[in-house]
Amino acid sequence: MEELRKTCLHDKHVGLGAQMSPFGGFDMPIQYSGIVEEHNAVRNNCGVFDVSHMGEVLVTGPEAEKYVNYIFSNDVEGLPDGGILYGMMLNHNGGVVDDLLVYKRGENHFLLVINASNIAKDVAWIEEQAKNFNVDIKNISDETGEIAVQGPEAEAALEEILAIPCKELTFYTFKELDRDGKHLIVSRTGYTGEDGFEIYADHETIRDLWDKLMASGKVAPCGLGCRDTLRFEVGLPLYGDELADDITPVEACLSMFVKLNKPEFIGREVIERQKAEGAPRKLVGLELADRAIPRHGYEVLNADDEVIGYVTTGYRGISVDKSIAAALIQTPYAVKDNELKIRIRRKTFPAKVVAKKFYKKSYKK
Amino acid sequence: MSKTYYSPSHEYVTVDGNIGYIGISDYAQQALGNVVYVDMPEDGDDLVAGEDFGAVESVKAASDLFAPVSGAVVEINEQLIDNPRLINEDAMSNWIVKVELTDPSELDKLMDEEAYRAHCEAEKH
Repeated sequence: MEELRKTCLHDKHVGLGAQMSPFGGFDMPIQYSGIVEEHNAVRNNCGVFDVSHMGEVLVTGPEAEKYVNYIFSNDVEGLPDGGILYGMMLNHNGGVVDDLLVYKRGENHFLLVINASNIAKDVAWIEEQAKNFNVDIKNISDETGEIAVQGPEAEAALEEILAIPCKELTFYTFKELDRDGKHLIVSRTGYTGEDGFEIYADHETIRDLWDKLMASGKVAPCGLGCRDTLRFEVGLPLYGDELADDITPVEACLSMFVKLNKPEFIGREVIERQKAEGAPRKLVGLELADRAIPRHGYEVLNADDEVIGYVTTGYRGISVDKSIAAALIQTPYAVKDNELKIRIRRKTFPAKVVAKKFYKKSYKK
Repeated sequence: MSKTYYSPSHEYVTVDGNIGYIGISDYAQQALGNVVYVDMPEDGDDLVAGEDFGAVESVKAASDLFAPVSGAVVEINEQLIDNPRLINEDAMSNWIVKVELTDPSELDKLMDEEAYRAHCEAEKH
């Protein structure tokens, strides 16, 4: 077993008595006070997450824009400096290598933010595809820390507690600032369905910001447990659950983040075909009448008890008081209000096909 | 006079005569966090020592329940259907199923309070 890695805030989590658990190769806090309390803190007030495990890769050089557009499903051409796009890197079969954010820092200067569990795979992929492009690729994951400040009070927390002006930032934009000789990137982004910000800086700066937020008593430390319940309720995908090397963005209902009207990019043919002809599977929401809880990997059955798919994520919702799931199922069954079943241990339970956004996002646009 | 026994998988059985009250230990509820669902057997079901008979689910995960002793279910704790959090509030008094023991000699294989405490300590390290 490879040794678990620690983020720059690891000792802070242990000091706060967090329940720690491995995630993406890192020893990460799952919860402090409890998933429900932390989830509600983000929905109603403000919470802070250590997301330093996320990976960061810089792509620069004369052909950086052309190259990013070749490996990325969304279109960075015309993206202004300070703009951010969500999208995916696709493999040649149209499957998802990873989903990521692309930050445009300047002409031919991009920051790619990738999933912790995929850092090694992604960096190898990015370097491999770059052979015929004049670009420089630099993995800065190890020296970069990141916190996410999320919730309706996030703007006040940044302005008042951290003295970071952020009112002018609109959704999916960022700015860079220098403070005490340190460089910070601050973006209006997140993974909770609430308004919020993500801050990237060196370890020392991230530790200092974390301490200030904790000392204020106004921001709850939040673990990966509620990060998952929050993102799931608003229908945001998690790589490894809703996305994988063998799941396409069309199947995951993310084709709006694949732009076909741009120059050649990896995975294009498959997506073009699936967009026109449909994909064999589709990601849907399922809602149970019973309290039983569907979990990742549980089978989804049709009326004849044939297996037609599986649950990708499931919970007893927290903001939504129902047992709910996202499931990847055969497309003919992906019809709203269709009655299916989920096998949960010894029994099967009726489940109705619904929209997979179970809770409304409250972004500030 | 009742006595409580524990299994290595953190279920307890509090025995009074030939009746056993089975639940999960306080250590187990703390490790699980917010309990949101308890999957229980039905009246009349037979539990077999060492085999799973249901699950306790926290927000994050489902944790199977293993029968510490064999017996027939004579009652389930219906309060847990609508209020699974009772397990977090007091795991020891909020038992999950009440059984009629079929083989009281199985109790000899379980741990008493002291041995169980040592078992939990060992698991923490």
